[in-house]
Order: sequence, then C-alpha cells, then structure tokens
Amino acid sequence: MNQVKKVLGLVWIVFGLTAYGLLLKTCSEQIELKPTTDTIIQWSIFAIIFLPIAIGFLIFGWLAFQGAYDSLPESSEAVEE
Amino acid sequence: MQTGNAPNQIRKVIFASSVGTLIEWYDFYIFGSLAPIIAAQFFPKGNPTAALLSTLATFAAGFIVRPFGALVFGRLGDKVGRKYTFLLTLILMGGSTFAIGLVPGYETIGFAAPLLVLMLRLVQGLALGGEYGGAATYVAEHSPAHRRGFFTSWIQTTATLGLLLSLGIILITRKSLDQDAAASIRAFESWGWRIPFWFSIILVGMSIYIRLKMHESPLFSKLKAEGKTSVNPIKESLMHKGNLKMVLLALFGATMGQGVVWYTGQFYAQTFLETACQVDFEQTRTILIWAIIFATPLFIVFGYWSDKIGRKWIIMAGLLLAVFSYRPIYQQMLKITDTQKSVADPSATRIESVINPASGKDFSLQTTTTLQFYQNGITERRVHADTLFTDGTERSGSNDKISKELPDQSYWAIVALIFIQIVFVTMVYGPIAAFLVEIFPTKIRYTSMSLPYHLGNGVFGGMTPFIAVLLGTIYTGDVLVGLWYPIAVAAVCLVIGVIYLNNRIDPDVND
Repeated sequence: MNQVKKVLGLVWIVFGLTAYGLLLKTCSEQIELKPTTDTIIQWSIFAIIFLPIAIGFLIFGWLAFQGAYDSLPESSEAVEE
Repeated sequence: MQTGNAPNQIRKVIFASSVGTLIEWYDFYIFGSLAPIIAAQFFPKGNPTAALLSTLATFAAGFIVRPFGALVFGRLGDKVGRKYTFLLTLILMGGSTFAIGLVPGYETIGFAAPLLVLMLRLVQGLALGGEYGGAATYVAEHSPAHRRGFFTSWIQTTATLGLLLSLGIILITRKSLDQDAAASIRAFESWGWRIPFWFSIILVGMSIYIRLKMHESPLFSKLKAEGKTSVNPIKESLMHKGNLKMVLLALFGATMGQGVVWYTGQFYAQTFLETACQVDFEQTRTILIWAIIFATPLFIVFGYWSDKIGRKWIIMAGLLLAVFSYRPIYQQMLKITDTQKSVADPSATRIESVINPASGKDFSLQTTTTLQFYQNGITERRVHADTLFTDGTERSGSNDKISKELPDQSYWAIVALIFIQIVFVTMVYGPIAAFLVEIFPTKIRYTSMSLPYHLGNGVFGGMTPFIAVLLGTIYTGDVLVGLWYPIAVAAVCLVIGVIYLNNRIDPDVND
C-alpha cells in the first residue's frame, strides 16, 4: 500500500500541473472571447484563487512521493516530530 | 477532563455554540439569497465600476476572505482562547449584516453604496471564516471521546439550518408586506429585503447573551495555565512539515469533496431547478425547505454512527454515492419538469395582456402572460414583454420569462431527489468536525482545522454554482455539463481519502 501511495504522489503532481494548466488555458480563451470587465475579473479571480491550491496539491503529491503518508501520526507529539 | 462534564453542561455548550453558528450562516446566506435584489439596489447594470464591485462582493467574501478569516481568527483562538474569539466573530457578523440593511441605495449616495456593501460583505466573510472552527473546537473539547462525533454533529446541522432560516424568513417577509401578493413582492424588492438583515441583530443579541455565560474550553484553559499555548499558530500550522501534511491531507482527502457535495445538494440544485428546469421561484424554495427539514436529523445520525464505526468510511461512502448518482438524479429532475414531451390543452390556455404607460416617456410596456396547462399537470407561465411606442412602432422583448408550477406528485418527486442529495451532504458533513478536531493538536487546532475547512467548503464548494453555470455557457450541448465539476472534485477527494486517510478515532484530543 505504501508503494501505491508513493506512486500516486507522482500522479497528483502531474494532475495538479495539468488541471491548473487547463484552467489557465480556459481563462485566457474566455477572456479573449468576451473581454468585458466582468469576464476578466471573474476568470482572473479563478486563476488567482486556484494558484495556491494547485501549489498545495503539488506539495501534497511530493510529500506522498517522499513517503510522508506511509503512516499517520497517532498523537500530537507525533504530528510535531 | 472531558468525561467529567455533566450532561446538562454539555447540552448548554452545544446549544450556545450551535445557535451562534446557525445565526452566522443565516447572516451569510441572506446576502446570497437576495443577491439579485441587492445587485439592483447597489450595483446598477451597465456601469463597469459597479459590475467590478459586484463581482468582488460575490466572489471575494465567499471564497478569498473566508480562508483569511480562518487564519486571522484561528490564530486569535489558539492564542487568546476559543470563547472570546467566536464571540468576536459573532459580533462582527451580526454588526455587518445589520449595517447592510441600513446602507442607502446607489440612487441616494452613489458609489459610496456599493463600496460600503462590499466592505461589509468582506467583514461577513472574515467573521464566517473564524466562526466554524471555534464552535466545532469548543464543542469537541468539551465532549467525551466516545461521543465526539455525536456532539459535534449538532454544530454540523447549523449551516443547513442557517440556510433554511434564511429561505424561510425571506419567503415570509416577501409574502407579508401587503395583502395583495403582487404588491407585497414589489414592496419586498423595493425596501422589504432589508428586514431579514435587520432581523439578524435580534438573533445575534440573543446569541451573544447566551455565549457570554459560557466558560472557556477546558483543554485550552489547561494549556494556557501550563503556558503551553502556541506562540505563532499560523507558522506552526503551515511551516511545520508534520502539521502541513495533515492540513493538506484534510483538504484534499476530505474537505474539498465535502464542500462540493454540500454546495451541489443545497445551492446548485436550487439554481438548476430555477434555470434549467424553470420551476417557479416560490416552489423552488419550498422544495428545498422540505428536503432540508426531512434530511437534517441525519447529520446527527451520521455523527452518532461515526462514534461507532469511525469517520472515514461514512464520509467516503457519501462521496462515492454523490459521484455516481448526480447525473441520474439531475436527469430525472429534468424529466419530471419537462413539458416538451407533454401536450398542452389548447382550450384551457389563458392569455392576459396588460399595457402600462411609462410616465413622461413616449412608450408603454405591454406584458403578455400565457398560461398553458399540460397533460402531466404542469402549469407553464410564459411572460412576454413588448415596448409600444406612441408613433405606432413596436419592439419585442428578446426573451420570454418562463416559470413552471408543478403538480403535487412532481413536486414531491423533486423534494425526494433533493432529499437524496442532502442525505449525501449529511454523510460527508455530519462527522467532519470530529474528524478535523482529532487530527490536529490542541494548541494549533483552531487555526489548523479552520484552514482546510474554509478552503474546501468556501473555495471548492462555494465555487460550485458559478463553475457549473460557467461550464454550461461554454459547453452548451449538455445541460448537465456543470455537474462534472463537483463529480471530478468529489472523485479525486474520494481516491485520496480512501488511500491516505485512516479510520482511527482519536481517544484523546487532550494533547
């Protein structure tokens, strides 16, 4: 199972990059299609909001690949170690 | 510490926390439910600056500001204490809601009006970001380990009940401003919409009184007495690898899926009924109200059950059911409300036309209402508007406004379909407070659990209606295309949750 968790870590990294790339592509297409204030603001907000989340997803994937989730902590001390 | 609490004491804790949180959700949702009226009052169409402020008010408060609220008030809650922090969020939320009801319209004070509304909406978002984590933590830290899921599930009912209260107050106010129904709706749209905002101050006042009588969380008090509170909870939550990995796991393995299921079942369903199915405004609201009333007890049932079998598999089962049943459910909603395949009785068709001269203008407005009665029992009301100029020319309105009134059988069938979706909500949401409380240490719990909750619920969940509608405007061939967003997010969350989460119930959150 730990091996699956690690391999999937790479999948999450690729998935995070692809999903955010797709979002950026859709944003630019939609803004180009209808360059009104509403459209620009709306899609820009989407792109900005999902950037830290995409970064978080990459970190999650990286941690999983490194084996950080092989066992979960069972106490606060274990979390802080 | 926790097990020593008398039943009466824990009931008081749950009541005081739940009432306040319910009121905060009520405050937050009335703005969303009244968005079209608020837009007409404060954000005039065709004005680009007003459009910008309107978009910011819609998006910023719900999505961007909530996680910031989680960080700001989470930090305060982990340093100063749970009780005073969620008392502060309540005051901020109540004050800003009441103030929105007082702001004069755009026609009276110009751009100051939308600016004030935007600022007050931001305060609402911040306060909401700080409230939930505090209430859930406060209740969990008073609960015995074997009943943590059950006790915190009462907090989990508050978001849905807040939505229910907002829908109910709006419907009652809309109907009771004049004996004539049409005049009452006009009065509501002109000034009566302010009443639900003012009503908030009474609720908040009561809740503050109740919360002031409560004591600080015993676990936090102990930590503070021992001088073990966190010096910098945000840094410890996000910069410490051991805790960051749990924040990310909570977000991607639980709360992002929970967020989209919550918003699909209770918000997107409402939008879909009104726009794609074209069901009457009032029926749409009452359908949701009935479904919520029937399903809400299940939050408690699943919270209670999670104490027996663990939190993980209940949440995962909710996600799985949502992923596989959303499209069939929405397909069925379309089928029930469809009039294309049913025949209208031409002899029963009624057409009414009213001409209203526009005072001081060279035109009149002609409104033609056609009522068609279909074999499947649906009554379709089609309103067409024309502009008649004094020189004899006529300009036809571009879009007819259609609304369908459902017969009893179809009405209750839709209630059942929404109920099923809210059952999924109760599965993913009922046990999640206990789940989040258990994976973070006491000294940074408020901050650590608030962040994934508000990112999952606010960003992933809150975006659902907007992204779903946007997908519909991009891919016009499939009316159900909007569902792919919640389905995809819930599916990814399901895979991550199943593989990476464990089902362990923490016997001791006192660490």
